[in-house]
Amino acid sequence: MKIAVCVKQVPDSWAEKKMINGTLDREGVDAVLNDLDEYAVEEALRIAEAHGGNEEGSANSVTIISMGPERATEAIRKALSMGANDAILISDSALAGADAITTSAVLAKVIETGGFDLVLCGTESTDARMSVVPAMISARLGWAQLTFAGSVVVDPGASTVAITRVTDAGVDSMGASFPAVLSVIEKINEPRYPSFKGIMASKKKTIDVRDCAAIGVSVQGAWSLVADSAPRPPRAAGIKVTDSGDGGKELVDFLAGKKLI
Amino acid sequence: MSNVFILVDLQGDAVSKTTAELATAGARMGDVTAIVVAAPGKSGAIVSALTGPISSVISIESEDLATHGVPAYADLISQIVTEKKPAALLIASHAFGKEVAARVAIATDSGIITDAVDVAADGTATQLVFGGSTTVHSKISHGVSIMTIRPNTIEANTAAATPTVENATKSVSDVAKKATITSSKPFVKGGRPELTEANIVVSGGRGTNGDFAAVEGLADALGAAVGASRAATDAGWYPHTHQVGQTGKTVSPQLYVACGISGAIQHRAGMQTSKTIVVVNKDGEAPIFDIADFGVIGDLFAVLPKATEGVIARKS
Repeated sequence: MKIAVCVKQVPDSWAEKKMINGTLDREGVDAVLNDLDEYAVEEALRIAEAHGGNEEGSANSVTIISMGPERATEAIRKALSMGANDAILISDSALAGADAITTSAVLAKVIETGGFDLVLCGTESTDARMSVVPAMISARLGWAQLTFAGSVVVDPGASTVAITRVTDAGVDSMGASFPAVLSVIEKINEPRYPSFKGIMASKKKTIDVRDCAAIGVSVQGAWSLVADSAPRPPRAAGIKVTDSGDGGKELVDFLAGKKLI
Repeated sequence: MSNVFILVDLQGDAVSKTTAELATAGARMGDVTAIVVAAPGKSGAIVSALTGPISSVISIESEDLATHGVPAYADLISQIVTEKKPAALLIASHAFGKEVAARVAIATDSGIITDAVDVAADGTATQLVFGGSTTVHSKISHGVSIMTIRPNTIEANTAAATPTVENATKSVSDVAKKATITSSKPFVKGGRPELTEANIVVSGGRGTNGDFAAVEGLADALGAAVGASRAATDAGWYPHTHQVGQTGKTVSPQLYVACGISGAIQHRAGMQTSKTIVVVNKDGEAPIFDIADFGVIGDLFAVLPKATEGVIARKS
């Protein structure tokens, strides 16, 4: 099986994020591998390991695919140190400020030419939080969409994959033949920490950096344009009382004063 | 006047409260056509339950929805959008709505904005990004303006709707049938309001130690929905569907009561646009107090029952 995992480098969740000229300032913040993508990397490795592993010479491989600035190699390196085989980074100054429409076009183009059986993604990136790219990749490629997976079972012999889809609405069991695009929720597994051996090995692994011309994508401007953005005033901390028996009553008095009850 | 489509939002076979919010937002931009996509025999009851400023309805029934899910819905909607070329398409912002919007955007060569909290007459969307710390105004510049709108953010006009109804006959394309749903277990809706639609949410976290009785007691007295922090759902104390925060639901109720929740940034990202925030926590240094309008430093097992009593006393 050839498995691809799409990952994104994002600002650290704790970093203060700012907008510059209508897009997120990615220069001035600590950047990390989107933690929701770690579940996808982990699941891809587990799928490979359940069917003979992804060591060199085995039937399986796990390829990391990412779009981002050159600096995104740091986040990719983490996914490689967890055990993925190799990586492709699409990096081009024309892609700065790309929207989900363009991102999905770029990722789909790379996936299409890679001969993959399965593509795994996290459910969203922690910066933009749109949660649309996996569905867009599936729509662009015309591949099966198996998203919000809480469990994944693969049958490489039959070239089929089954998942349980877990959303607000309920739990569905669904399946498809290869190739398919999956996204996995954060309850699916516990991502491994890279081992020392894994970190050392990752330094020797290949990150194939390509620009838009190399993959054959011409970049359009974003189709959603930011008119303006402004930091909201921080919430001022309000009244704080220490419970000495009547904290519950004071709480109710506050609610009544605000006409909330 | 331009034509604006809204996708009627359903919970099971029932029309959700969000549908009238979408119609209200859409009516600012033009004449609203509500798209009903439902299983065979189901659309009639849905159409008659619609409220809000809806001028017309296009109704499509298909037996493929239950077996092929999101791609099948998106395929049918894309066909209608391509045919009728509306100026905009508004959809509820949740996992299903965002995926449908994503696929329709690709199929119709359109831009997409998700998680809008407001929409102006000219199609400018307001979003609160980075955990609610930044307000962004943006607009779609290509194709149909496809926007998903967060439930409970727009005050709905729920006047009776008397739309004209068109029944459209469409079939789902083969490419949208690549995945097959073999069984479906919808979550059973409890007696409490839906989390993202509730005016009041009472949430519990690590501090409950797995005992949500006090949190549920206050929620029921207030007529509120119950939420949970990721720590509580990870521990298996409360179902994942109730998780508020980065990887759970984003809520912006009139009142949010956080009980035994420290206020990690991932949790705050899902609730800090609430109008009023009340906190009960033993640890007076917990970061959640920084965003609280009213905070009680104390044991939730002591404070909440008294608060519940107080609420019931005032209501009676």
